[in-house]
Amino acid sequence: MATIIPRNPAAGSTGSASTRTRRRSRWLSAPGIAAMIGIAVLLVIAVIGPDAWMTAATERNIAERWSGASAQHPFGTDDIGRDIFARVMVAARLSLLLTLGATAMLIGGGLIIGLTAAILPKHARRALIWVMDMLLAFPWLLLVLFFTVIWDASATGAMLAIGLAGIPSITRLVYNMASSVADQDYVRAARVVGVGPVGILFKHVLPNIANPLLVQSAASASVTLLAFAGLSFLGLGVQAPEYDWGRLLNEGLGHLYTNPMAAIGPGIAIVFSGLVFTMVAEAIAEQPGGGLRAVAKASRVAAMARVASRSAAAVPGSPADEDAPLAEVKDLHVSYPDRDGRPVERVRGVDLSVRSGEVVGIVGESGSGKSLTAMALAGLLDAPAIVEAEVRRFDGVDLSAKLTAADRKRLGVELGVIFQDPLTSLNPALTIGRQLTEVPQQHLGMSRAQARARAVDGLEAVGIPKPSERLGDYPHQFSGGMRQRAMIGMALTGHPRLIIADEPTTALDVTVQRQVLSVLRRAQHATGAGIVFISHDIALVSGFCDRVVVMKDGEIVEELDAARIKEQATHPYTRGLIACLPDMNSDRTRPLPVIGDQSNEYAEVTA
Amino acid sequence: MTTTQPRQGAPATGRLLQLREMQQRRSPRADFAIRRIGRLIVSLLVVVLAAFFLIHFVPGDPVRAALGPTAPAGLVESTRAELGLDKPIPQQLMDYLAALLQGDLGTSIQSGLSVTGTIASRFPTTLSLAALGFIVAVIGALPIGMGAALLARTGRGRSLNSGVSGLLGILIAVPDFLLSVGLIALFSMWLGLFPPAGWGAAQNAVLPVLGLALGPMAYLARIVQVEMIKVLDSTYIATARAKRLPQRLILLRHALPNIITATLTVGGLLLSGLVAGTVIIETVFAIPGTGSTLVSAVGTKDYPMVQGMVLVYAAMVLAVNLVVDLILITIDPRTTIAEG
Amino acid sequence: MNALEIQDLQVRYGRREVVSGVSLEVPAGRTLGLVGESGSGKSTIANAAVGLAPIHSGDIRVHGVSSVGRRREARTARRRIQMVFQDPFSALDPRMPIGESIAEGLRATGRELSRPARRDRVAELLRQVDLDPDRAGELPKSFSGGQRQRITIARALAGDPEILIADEVTSALDVSVQSTVLNLLRDLQQRLGLTMLFISHNLAVVRYVSDEIAVMRDGRIVERGETESLLSAPSEAYTQELLTAVPILGQRMELEDV
Repeated sequence: MATIIPRNPAAGSTGSASTRTRRRSRWLSAPGIAAMIGIAVLLVIAVIGPDAWMTAATERNIAERWSGASAQHPFGTDDIGRDIFARVMVAARLSLLLTLGATAMLIGGGLIIGLTAAILPKHARRALIWVMDMLLAFPWLLLVLFFTVIWDASATGAMLAIGLAGIPSITRLVYNMASSVADQDYVRAARVVGVGPVGILFKHVLPNIANPLLVQSAASASVTLLAFAGLSFLGLGVQAPEYDWGRLLNEGLGHLYTNPMAAIGPGIAIVFSGLVFTMVAEAIAEQPGGGLRAVAKASRVAAMARVASRSAAAVPGSPADEDAPLAEVKDLHVSYPDRDGRPVERVRGVDLSVRSGEVVGIVGESGSGKSLTAMALAGLLDAPAIVEAEVRRFDGVDLSAKLTAADRKRLGVELGVIFQDPLTSLNPALTIGRQLTEVPQQHLGMSRAQARARAVDGLEAVGIPKPSERLGDYPHQFSGGMRQRAMIGMALTGHPRLIIADEPTTALDVTVQRQVLSVLRRAQHATGAGIVFISHDIALVSGFCDRVVVMKDGEIVEELDAARIKEQATHPYTRGLIACLPDMNSDRTRPLPVIGDQSNEYAEVTA
Repeated sequence: MTTTQPRQGAPATGRLLQLREMQQRRSPRADFAIRRIGRLIVSLLVVVLAAFFLIHFVPGDPVRAALGPTAPAGLVESTRAELGLDKPIPQQLMDYLAALLQGDLGTSIQSGLSVTGTIASRFPTTLSLAALGFIVAVIGALPIGMGAALLARTGRGRSLNSGVSGLLGILIAVPDFLLSVGLIALFSMWLGLFPPAGWGAAQNAVLPVLGLALGPMAYLARIVQVEMIKVLDSTYIATARAKRLPQRLILLRHALPNIITATLTVGGLLLSGLVAGTVIIETVFAIPGTGSTLVSAVGTKDYPMVQGMVLVYAAMVLAVNLVVDLILITIDPRTTIAEG
Repeated sequence: MNALEIQDLQVRYGRREVVSGVSLEVPAGRTLGLVGESGSGKSTIANAAVGLAPIHSGDIRVHGVSSVGRRREARTARRRIQMVFQDPFSALDPRMPIGESIAEGLRATGRELSRPARRDRVAELLRQVDLDPDRAGELPKSFSGGQRQRITIARALAGDPEILIADEVTSALDVSVQSTVLNLLRDLQQRLGLTMLFISHNLAVVRYVSDEIAVMRDGRIVERGETESLLSAPSEAYTQELLTAVPILGQRMELEDV
């Protein structure tokens, strides 16, 4: 019988309703509104411009030539007395049409070539991309000038030139995006089922690159507009008697002394339009990752966090006595601001203490708060996290208060941290030796030679062969298991009294895991340090640690003695975790017990 | 079934892997450098061919187009003979390459002067302008970008950060010719601090370099800022903070090298863009460099001049890219691995 | 009759030999567990079976028919094998309603179905994996990891496969959700009479699901046998090494001999 153990509904799933509101609100944001207004303005001027202002733009008035800005002529008049403001309005249509034409060409061309490259066989693809990369190396303007010579300096010539010159970079973008989509498992699944390359292009690749491509189109429109203006400005774009903004700028430049507005006027039009297109790009973008908005949001969120943490006063702890634990937290609360800046509690009132030489394991699933608790214990949680606790102490240092230089030295020497992903926890740009000598040099005052010797000792202690030769290596030259051992070695270059290991072996093979754990245990015996070992694997934690702490949804559910965990576990969640884990002795004839979740709507309780 | 022993990637224990890695430690970099130089040579060849064929891509009669519809037929014919266009194409190509190897890029239709000579006399000006612009852009972008990232992360100085962000946004949106016009209007006409045109004295350089560099600097600063935030969120920075290293050390020794790669990559592209930017800046400020010559050559269809210019600019851009790549592999050990 | 037969399979990526002469048979209706560490080549075998990895030499046969190559019979045979992928987050197109993703799996049957027939089949498949059929129009992001894994199983089943390959299907899931998926797989196998190739690095999970186990290392099969006998008395040192490395709940890990 599959026993169902009830638990709280999962907090993770987002309903479709909230995605709809989020999409709608994107256009209601500041860039969205600005974009819509801007487009409306441009559209109106482009459509009615020539009709509304043509008379003023063509009416000659020699008497008033090159007059400055006035109420009658906001931008002044040109060399035969025509109103420049009117000319700017009339020129809008041509400028915008040329821009759209060139943009359509470069996006269309880039899309076709890029997608073609994505489905070509290996060698043809390499060749095509190689050609594009070579073209990419050249500045756009040079390519444009090259094409202009061929096709003549004229409006259409310029449009062709700018359109074609922009194709290589769009091709590269489309190809990169298409390739990354093609690497995804859902595309591989489609291939398994028999969908051909063209089918994959239309069903999977295009829908997934559509949004970034649209954003890029808006951004390209902005750049194209400026390129056109630049070309006309150089006299190579639109030729007289036609005129666009660039040409007007060119005409106005010669009279900058007498009538600055003659040049600045068209300039404003150019910048305005460029900004409108940029706003559109911002508004459409679904991943505002590197955008202005994301950075502003991150800043806002961080500011709120600072305000909140300032109000959490530090409570002076009782004086440390001999029997006190090495590190402890009491009533720990950790919150993070959500998307809108409101704090969400991730650790809710946790008490944890570690004694010297004790190995404590924290077990929990994702979202249980286990890592955050350990990081708070080490005093390593910074903005935007909001950390509040009654007591937060490590070896007599109060972590809630501002740390003195001596405190920081001590923490650096006595606290070691090992993170989960060996690939990213060591700095890829620095040698192993550089990273392992830092603590001895900075905090222990050793000379370079002494620090190197200590680093070598550290590497030797963790079983890395030929340690002195490996000091000059970079992290990527080490295997995953060796990197984790190097992290332990790094902790050993200090005088570690507490080592926090956050899922240190999760990314490793099980035989390598054993090696790393053996090294960790030896290090612990040699230094008498305490260890906080975090994992999602309860069997692993019970096998390696002395004490097991079970966490769920930010709270400690149970604390158990590792050796007697099976007998002593009483909390339903712990029992559920233990029961649903298949181990080498599970009954193979019966279904595994399931920790019931609401998502199992059609769950059958099978006998 | 016997399995052949492949030279690399053979199934190996940890120690064998180490041994092979130690053997290969030197070669990936040399390998990469050789491949890049090879690519450079091929690219140069393609550029030379493209420059040569430029005149043949022009629809209609290029000589007629260059001299204008009213030029006498005799002049057209003699110019055609001068340019060697009456010979068969393979012959033209050989002549072209031969002349190229001797440093002769032809004669300008417009001025009748040697193209090589014109370029040689003007190129140093353009080069110094571009170099100054690059230095200003990079030196300005790094601290601004890093500072903005730090501010954003800690939430301090929000109004300052917004102001800087806004300013950067404007600088990116405004094209360099417009910016230059604005700079002239402000600093030259209104404040009378710097001359609006010319080249030679130190004051002549200020406005053109600013006009050239401010846009790219703002763009680069944004990139630096985004990269910096990514780096600061990485696990290895968390490791460095766990070691309680002083903030300055974390920024300079741990964060900066990881930003440099992204910055240099963009910076390399930027340099190519700067080369193009000089064309416009020289026109605005009437600076006697190759850029202004190129513009008038394009306008008057002075093909030999355009061909020569395209070659020189293209070669310069390719050389810059190569230098950037070589610098990258020296400072970032992973680049060789990433290269396909 | 063996549902799946792999004979002397060799797979190379460039010059590197990833699978070196592997031979396996899986009798119809049984589950073979393939266990090994990273680099052992187990996932590559799965990829080769469904046509995602190039086969250098050797053969793969479904009910005696070779599934290698471009010929029509080979392709038809290959479509009888379907795969469930590891990462539930990248295994579904984020912009496609899950009903459509599952319907895409119907292509493997080779039959053209009318739209209403497709809808019905998708609903039936959703019910088979214990999900509400009315949710077929929703996007993957409104489902949890475990639910998404069940959707990928439904998609694999849409192809009416004879052989189901499960490649590390629980590795990306939380422990509490893992058991649901494992139970489901066992249940489906029994009900539909599927032959299964279950690939994982987790020995305990493989033991739970499989009738027979094959241990792989560095592109070769090290040992193979009935689950219980293999695990209680392995004859190879590597198998023993793997067994010793698996932590047992409540038992202190012996690390001194490492």
